[in-house]
Amino acid sequence: MEALWFALAAGMVAIYVVMDGFDFGAGALHLGVARSDGERRQVLAAIGPFWDGNEVWLLAAGGVLFLAFPKVLASGLSGFYLAIFLLIWVLILRGIAIEFRSHVRDEMWRTFWDGTFALASVLAPVLLGAALGNVVRGVPLGADGWFALPLFDSFSPSGALGILDWYTVLAGVTALVAIAHHGALFLVWKTDGPVAARSRAAAAWLFPATVALWLLSSLATLAVAPDVLRGALARPLALVCTLLFLAGLAVSFVARRQGRDLLAFLGSAAFLLGLLAATAASVFPTWLASTIDPAHSLTAHNAASAPKALRYGLFWWPFGFVLAIVYFTILFRLHRGKARAAAEGEGY
Amino acid sequence: MDDPLFWHRLQFGFTITYHYLFPQLTMGLALLIVVLKGIGLRTGEAKWNDAARFWIRIFGLSFAMGVVTGIPMEFQFGTNWAQFSARTGGVIGQTLAMEGIFAFFLESSFLALLIWGERKLGPRKHFLAAVALFVGSWLSGYFIVTTNAFMQHPVGHEIGPDGVFTVVSLAAFLFNPWAIAQYLHTMMGAVATGSFAMAAVGAYWTLRGEHPEPARVSLATGVIAALAASILVAMPTGHHQGRMVAEHQPVALAAMEGRFESGPNAPLAMIGQPNVAERRLDNPILLPSILSYIAYGDFSANVRGLAEFPESDWPDNIELLYYAFHIMVGLGTIFIAVAGLATLLLWRQKLASSRWMLWILALAFPFPFIANTAGWMTAELGRQPWLVYGLMRTAEGGSPTVHGGSALFTILGFAGLYLVLGLLYVWLVLHEVAHGPRPLGAPAHGAAGQGGD
Repeated sequence: MEALWFALAAGMVAIYVVMDGFDFGAGALHLGVARSDGERRQVLAAIGPFWDGNEVWLLAAGGVLFLAFPKVLASGLSGFYLAIFLLIWVLILRGIAIEFRSHVRDEMWRTFWDGTFALASVLAPVLLGAALGNVVRGVPLGADGWFALPLFDSFSPSGALGILDWYTVLAGVTALVAIAHHGALFLVWKTDGPVAARSRAAAAWLFPATVALWLLSSLATLAVAPDVLRGALARPLALVCTLLFLAGLAVSFVARRQGRDLLAFLGSAAFLLGLLAATAASVFPTWLASTIDPAHSLTAHNAASAPKALRYGLFWWPFGFVLAIVYFTILFRLHRGKARAAAEGEGY
Repeated sequence: MDDPLFWHRLQFGFTITYHYLFPQLTMGLALLIVVLKGIGLRTGEAKWNDAARFWIRIFGLSFAMGVVTGIPMEFQFGTNWAQFSARTGGVIGQTLAMEGIFAFFLESSFLALLIWGERKLGPRKHFLAAVALFVGSWLSGYFIVTTNAFMQHPVGHEIGPDGVFTVVSLAAFLFNPWAIAQYLHTMMGAVATGSFAMAAVGAYWTLRGEHPEPARVSLATGVIAALAASILVAMPTGHHQGRMVAEHQPVALAAMEGRFESGPNAPLAMIGQPNVAERRLDNPILLPSILSYIAYGDFSANVRGLAEFPESDWPDNIELLYYAFHIMVGLGTIFIAVAGLATLLLWRQKLASSRWMLWILALAFPFPFIANTAGWMTAELGRQPWLVYGLMRTAEGGSPTVHGGSALFTILGFAGLYLVLGLLYVWLVLHEVAHGPRPLGAPAHGAAGQGGD
């Protein structure tokens, strides 16, 4: 049952990255791909109905982690204290930028929020990628299951670990580029006119950048956490997920070139989903690896809630999950087709 | 001050107080918007939908603030209260996860449709979007109150040898009698906030002679709902809540009243200053025997004073707890009088011409925010010194690896950020109030909007 909850929590994190990823990516690119106020409102119209629901996946995944693996949540969030608050502040500014921007028809007001939105959309994936980097690399967990890391220390590969160090920043930049590619493909699919054309051009160079950074990160992982890559090769599930993300990567490239825009976006989604699933399958059952002594690591077994709590969770979780899928289906159906900038005063 | 716990408490207290300014308004408005849209759907009169459209815009701004200030609340269980989370996740993790999955997905999916989708959806579906938001936001409230109720009055759990809590009866935990009492009381408080806000804007427009139709609708709906909520928040829900505190947290009740000695025919202090060092209430004005009645439904009942309890179990900020409780009760009483009088004038069709009453209504809207805040401070300060009442002390719950310097850093960050956001929010709301209700815009596709700014 711990394994099932590990899969559910990791799966929800992966869904979160795919979903919020497309609106992060769109935000990170929008200053470049959307130049006029009308074009920017088109980008906001494309993500506006979805971004809040996408972000709920983060809260829902956090809730599931809290329910099933409270010690992991407690140790991780307190250990990464300052980085977590940076992420929170970035998410706050980003949400406010989206919701407040179009309330006032004033050029400076809108320019300010556009800049805030872009900056926050760049920083959020960097921080999330760095978080994943920390999880893969491991943290200095003591025998009591707690740790503290400086926000940054030395950025040299031989230097001390930090929440942000050479490896985790590399992971963050990789995440940013992959998510920007994802967001570009979303905009190609959901918009038309100049925004779609510029997004297509952006995706064309973001694709090779994503592949290059992914390869570089994998090499770095080989140096930092060789066991994770060994796990990926030794486990059938991890191999299946690896094939999924490689296939997704290929599809995102080929389908974009053929103009099958939805398929290209779905390929990118499969790439992100598969990459995270493969990572989860490789590190299982470890949630947080200890760099001091593997015996201190927090795993799905030693950090799980009692079986009774896990069983209760299974009573209601499937209903909630199905409902969430139903809501998102309604949402995407109601907003099918190309997004158009809303009339002034009537939308994002 | 070098104790990190002080900063953890300050940060959580500050961020939750600020956060709850918004949900109390949106939960109250969610119900009132359903009412406006429902009447509009039934009567087909445009003024109801015009008023609803205005309130939906206020709702949207407030909801956005509630969402973004709610994100840190979820995270802070782990960042600042790590030992508490590690030990109680097996219980309260259930409701916090349920909130995300059952309430937040529902709210977030239909929010944009409610705010921007009136034309796209048509009247019936737009009404349903309002209902979805209402259900989502009130569900969210229930899950949070249930989480808090476990901390106030833990039920349905067992504690392992390692001190870890596990839920053993999901039904007992979810239908904790404390949760039901506290939920009804909290939600009536939220409706009071929403309805006084609605009445205030209606009164303001009426005083200025602007937007007469939506002003009348907002004023009437706000005043009637304010009276209903003001009565219900006191009787039966507040009374019931008071009796639960008397039964399960008698030391908190004693501190709320600044009552140091036990005795029958306990009076209720209308005013006075608790002098904890000398263990008495200074300059009191007392209502004889009322506290005995509130606590036990019997004017002669014995109400225990703080002296009967070990000092280590006393709430650690008796003065603030006392004032919070008295501010809540005092304001609640005034709300009944104001809303009652306004409803009477409305009924006799004199409200629109009673400018003095319109002035009172226009200026009254901040006080329900204060009363709700004071009410939560009463609940949370009264819970001290416990995180989980009687079972886990607040001092045991902090994050072992986060020092005071880090916590102060983030408190200052929140203070600055929230100040700016608050100013922007107030400015935008005033902007909307000045503008008034917008017409339903031009048909979809093509044409430039005529909503204007």
